[in-house]
Amino acid sequence: MTKILLIGYGNPGRLDDGLGPALAEAVAALGLPGVTVDSDYQLTVEDAAAAAENDVVIFADASVNGEEPFFFREIVAEGTLGFSSHSVDPEAVLAMAVDLFGAKTKGYALGIRGYQFDEFGERLSDKARENLSKACEFIVPILRDKRIGDR
Amino acid sequence: MNTSSSNLKKIVIEPVTRVEGHGKVTILLDENNKVHRTLLHVVEFRGFERFIIGRPYWEIPVLVQRLCGICPVSHHLAAAKAMDVIVGGEKLTPTAEKMRRLMHYGQMFQSHSLHFFHLCSPDLLFGFDADPAIRNVIGVAQKFPELAVQGVMMRKYGQEVILRTAGKKIHGTGAIPGGINKNLTIEERDYLLKDIDQMVEWAQSALKIAKDYSVENLEKVIPFGSFESNHLSLIREDGAMDLYHGNLRAIDAQGNKIFDQVDYQNYLDYINEEVRDYSYMKFPFIKFLGPQDGWYRVGPLARVNTADFIDTPLAEAARKEFMAVTDGKPNNLTLAYHWARMIENLHSIEEIKILLDDPDLQGNALVVKGERRDEGVGLIEAPRGTLFHHYKVDENDQITMANLIVSTTNNNEPMNRAVQKVALDHISGVPEITEGLLNHVEVAIRAYDPCLSCATHAMGQMPLEISIVDCEGRLIDRKSKR
Repeated sequence: MTKILLIGYGNPGRLDDGLGPALAEAVAALGLPGVTVDSDYQLTVEDAAAAAENDVVIFADASVNGEEPFFFREIVAEGTLGFSSHSVDPEAVLAMAVDLFGAKTKGYALGIRGYQFDEFGERLSDKARENLSKACEFIVPILRDKRIGDR
Repeated sequence: MNTSSSNLKKIVIEPVTRVEGHGKVTILLDENNKVHRTLLHVVEFRGFERFIIGRPYWEIPVLVQRLCGICPVSHHLAAAKAMDVIVGGEKLTPTAEKMRRLMHYGQMFQSHSLHFFHLCSPDLLFGFDADPAIRNVIGVAQKFPELAVQGVMMRKYGQEVILRTAGKKIHGTGAIPGGINKNLTIEERDYLLKDIDQMVEWAQSALKIAKDYSVENLEKVIPFGSFESNHLSLIREDGAMDLYHGNLRAIDAQGNKIFDQVDYQNYLDYINEEVRDYSYMKFPFIKFLGPQDGWYRVGPLARVNTADFIDTPLAEAARKEFMAVTDGKPNNLTLAYHWARMIENLHSIEEIKILLDDPDLQGNALVVKGERRDEGVGLIEAPRGTLFHHYKVDENDQITMANLIVSTTNNNEPMNRAVQKVALDHISGVPEITEGLLNHVEVAIRAYDPCLSCATHAMGQMPLEISIVDCEGRLIDRKSKR
């Protein structure tokens, strides 16, 4: 069975930035076999070790100005030059999984469009909530049927 | 853009969004391409204090973790310490204090390891001017895979400690007003003990890399972004380094004590904050010295400078070596932050090892309460420096006032000075400003490990932007990085 890791990340205390963790919570509640769900504020380097233990890793995050209601695309492993590695890009996590742990993990980014980020508050905007719902409708069958990764 | 004077252009770049995590450096050149002025703007989102007004005090240690995605544990514990005062429970049971300390040292270990291996090491291993295509965490992974794996596993270990003390990796609930809500089971203890010796060994190796780099490159390290400053930290009653609790000590650049053993409940008598027009982030200073002379450094360098000793053997030996370089006087070198950080990293894992062998962690007395108060201050030495949490609570148990001074705010003036020094030394008058030269500015800021990527990071954000503007107001170069 294809092993899938879904990491929903973002700050639930910063309005729509909580879209990633909200998706993770929704998926985790389903208890899908073969699907591991994790949630964090930001991606960091140790996520590479977890990614390497799976065939597929899906990074779910809020998108500031991406497509509506969400985008979903395969990502390639590549190093990115950053000011800070407190937070690591999905591509870099995947690259470390490959380079450090010899993984052949496939990576995908699920960017759910959000609209409000500029204040503190533990709630999603109405439009973000709609986008979250559509993203769930899209991703859950893929996770359930393991229609991803070609492995 | 605002302009001023006949032969200079002053550029004020307003933050595009008020999202915490944005940093902007503006370098202003005169007509001879000499650096006239530099400004580091760090956009601090101040709305958090308002966000928690009206919330019940017992929610605060969990709520404040929303503030920072990198050091939520520091905010969790600083808030819990303030709430200990509110409930009259600041004298914790041994189990509660040791569980909190274990959590805190786990946080230190993961944060310092992450910074060193994956943020600082590309600059040290490849050079500040190296090709940016390899001067990054992936470059380290490809050329020094063993080192990169160590960094990942050390960070992971620190996170495991947090998980077993805070209850969760994020939004931990371990610390509560007056204590803790769980002890450490034998199974959890044994799990953490399994890899402890390996972690100590790796921490020693990391320290050696930082020390060797500093010693072997002294000619570069001494002038790089360096300047004399005051230093501030918590200190134990006997003068030992204590990252979890103590009283405030401030020393000047020569090591003379400005104040010592100050109860941090009275911090407002000693610390003030200045507002400047170009930055949302305030500039703290020692009150009676004034903003001109009273600013100070916090964080690993300040803590190693202020401590009389460290009470774990390996870290104490390392501290002595560190202090010998400056004949026992405070070290004021910006790049020495890395060496000091790795001394603290070793101290943290030594403390974890000692704590794991302490049966008090399996105790069942978890919470104490005493006389209820309406105001409390909690301080902790977070990875980046001293973190202040101050709250007032009404008779309905609701928060009526909150004031937070975060570590990066305490280092605001030093970071600005470091940027100015590096720009003057490396960029001023240079005909072509290369990426490598601009990276020198970043290296200086990175030494302080500022939390620019805090709290929100949604796809599309850029935490740091550097702009160079000439005397005609033309933008010469700009780069943005996550």
